[in-house]
Amino acid sequence: MRLRKKLLATGVMMAGAMVFTSAPVWAQGTAEVIAEDVQTNLDNVFVLLCAVLVIFMQAGFALVEAGLTRAKSVANIMMKNLMDFCAGAIAFFAVGYAIAFGAGNDFFGTTGWFVGDGAFQYGTLTVPVTFIFQAAFAATAATIVSGAMAERTKFKSYFIYSIFISALIYPVVVHWNWGGGWLSQLSTPFHDFAGSTMVHMTGGVAALMGAIALGPRLGKYGPDGRVRAIPAHNIPYAVLGTFILLVGWYGFNPGSELAADGAIGGIALTTTLAAAAGAISAMMTIWAKSGKPDVAMAANGMLAGLVGITAGTAAVSSVGALIIGAASGALVVAAVLFIDRIRIDDPVGAISVHGVCGAFGTICVGLFATEDSDFWQQGLFYGGGAGQLVSQVIGVVAVGAFVAITAGILFAVIKATVGLRVSADEELAGLDVLEHGAPGYGPDVTPAIAPTPVGAAARQSSGASIEAGR
Amino acid sequence: MIKLVTAIVKPHMLDAVKDSLRSAGVQGLTVTEVRGFGRQGGHTETYRGAEYTVDLVPKLKLEVLCSFDDAEKIMEIIRSAAHTGKIGDGKVWVVGVDRLLRIRTGEFDGDAV
Repeated sequence: MRLRKKLLATGVMMAGAMVFTSAPVWAQGTAEVIAEDVQTNLDNVFVLLCAVLVIFMQAGFALVEAGLTRAKSVANIMMKNLMDFCAGAIAFFAVGYAIAFGAGNDFFGTTGWFVGDGAFQYGTLTVPVTFIFQAAFAATAATIVSGAMAERTKFKSYFIYSIFISALIYPVVVHWNWGGGWLSQLSTPFHDFAGSTMVHMTGGVAALMGAIALGPRLGKYGPDGRVRAIPAHNIPYAVLGTFILLVGWYGFNPGSELAADGAIGGIALTTTLAAAAGAISAMMTIWAKSGKPDVAMAANGMLAGLVGITAGTAAVSSVGALIIGAASGALVVAAVLFIDRIRIDDPVGAISVHGVCGAFGTICVGLFATEDSDFWQQGLFYGGGAGQLVSQVIGVVAVGAFVAITAGILFAVIKATVGLRVSADEELAGLDVLEHGAPGYGPDVTPAIAPTPVGAAARQSSGASIEAGR
Repeated sequence: MIKLVTAIVKPHMLDAVKDSLRSAGVQGLTVTEVRGFGRQGGHTETYRGAEYTVDLVPKLKLEVLCSFDDAEKIMEIIRSAAHTGKIGDGKVWVVGVDRLLRIRTGEFDGDAV
């Protein structure tokens, strides 16, 4: 209700501004002041609403990851998603925001600890609005990792990881670009509009390091070394989560304009097209590969398209967005199959979706940017030369290397101290009871016959049973 | 003499079997969700481009108590209703029941069917 009142108030103010604009000359000064106030309020309202949409993406991540993993560890994955947001928000408040956006050197900021004196504020936005929007992004980078580390990570180790990525690793990367650091000072500045690299690739590379440090789930690879599928326990969760992420992306990309202006519509358009093209393209690719339009892979494809367009969402045309989305969708299928084959177990495809497509989308800005602007140069395919492309590659390589090294050290230290992986017995039993005390699905819904653990189907619903009985 | 007719059938054949038994006048049926394998030996499915085997296939177990004379008839009703001709249709078997008691009334054997 409060929200509605505020919107109404804005509407009244806008109407007032219009009356004043058409008023006689003596009223002109006042009208300008009011119009400015209206724009300022509108910017703040818009960006705060977008921040809320981005925070809602946490629900999407939670559902996708829970759906694509097994029922016996569902409470654990939900808990990881719940807690990485909480740890991330406070860690980013305490130190992350200062490192990311504070004044400092080309590599990290040093002012505005605890969002206090010297805290960064963008354009017409207030400090809290700027902070909440950025904190939502930090939490997104942090939560990407939980899926890749699903079903075998000690909860406390994951909790420790999530503090460090939000407090240190993600903020340093952000300072390099959005915080005015060295990537934004290249002769052709690196351009990542909403975070294909900053947010998604950072999360994806950390996910890669985490999955490598852990090793695959028991039963993922047969004695003959062949990849064995460990099927999802709830495809409806995974698809609902994907839809929620899609909706959240309308805060992620248009919100990154950081103002309520004329550009947001075009950004929403490229976002929509890339998401749709990504899902269709992934569906076609896996259909051709394995003979069936795999649902989980199509959902990954939509997210791949979204991650891919995030860097260039403001810079590319509709056709460019369709191409980037479709290419990301095909790429994510190839990446998932490849990562499976090299014995890195990523149960939800986080490394492929966020890491691989994040890097790809960032590089695409150097190919598909339609014309020069204050923030990017025309891409190679439009005759703008290779300047932007080179900067994009530098950014991807530098961020990838930094995150791989720092996250690698972080996971190695956690592994050597508190330990990273649960015991084999706990993993086979599922993490819910031993890590958290009770199963995610209580005794009244858990079937009497537990799904056979390795290589066999985990079926919960009678609907699935009927299907399988054919 | 009381008989217990037990059948393992494909889950989606339940309605057909149940309706046939009802219309033949059978007054009680117990259904349990079970898993197992027979000559069908499981099957493979694909998930995210990788194959996996379902070696314990979901089935339904039906149990009907009846008099000695009805057992053959009930077997045949279940067979014809659950029959698809494809592998995995299931089995029906009959065993003798020593004693049968209806809890509500205390009736025994033939009276309790």
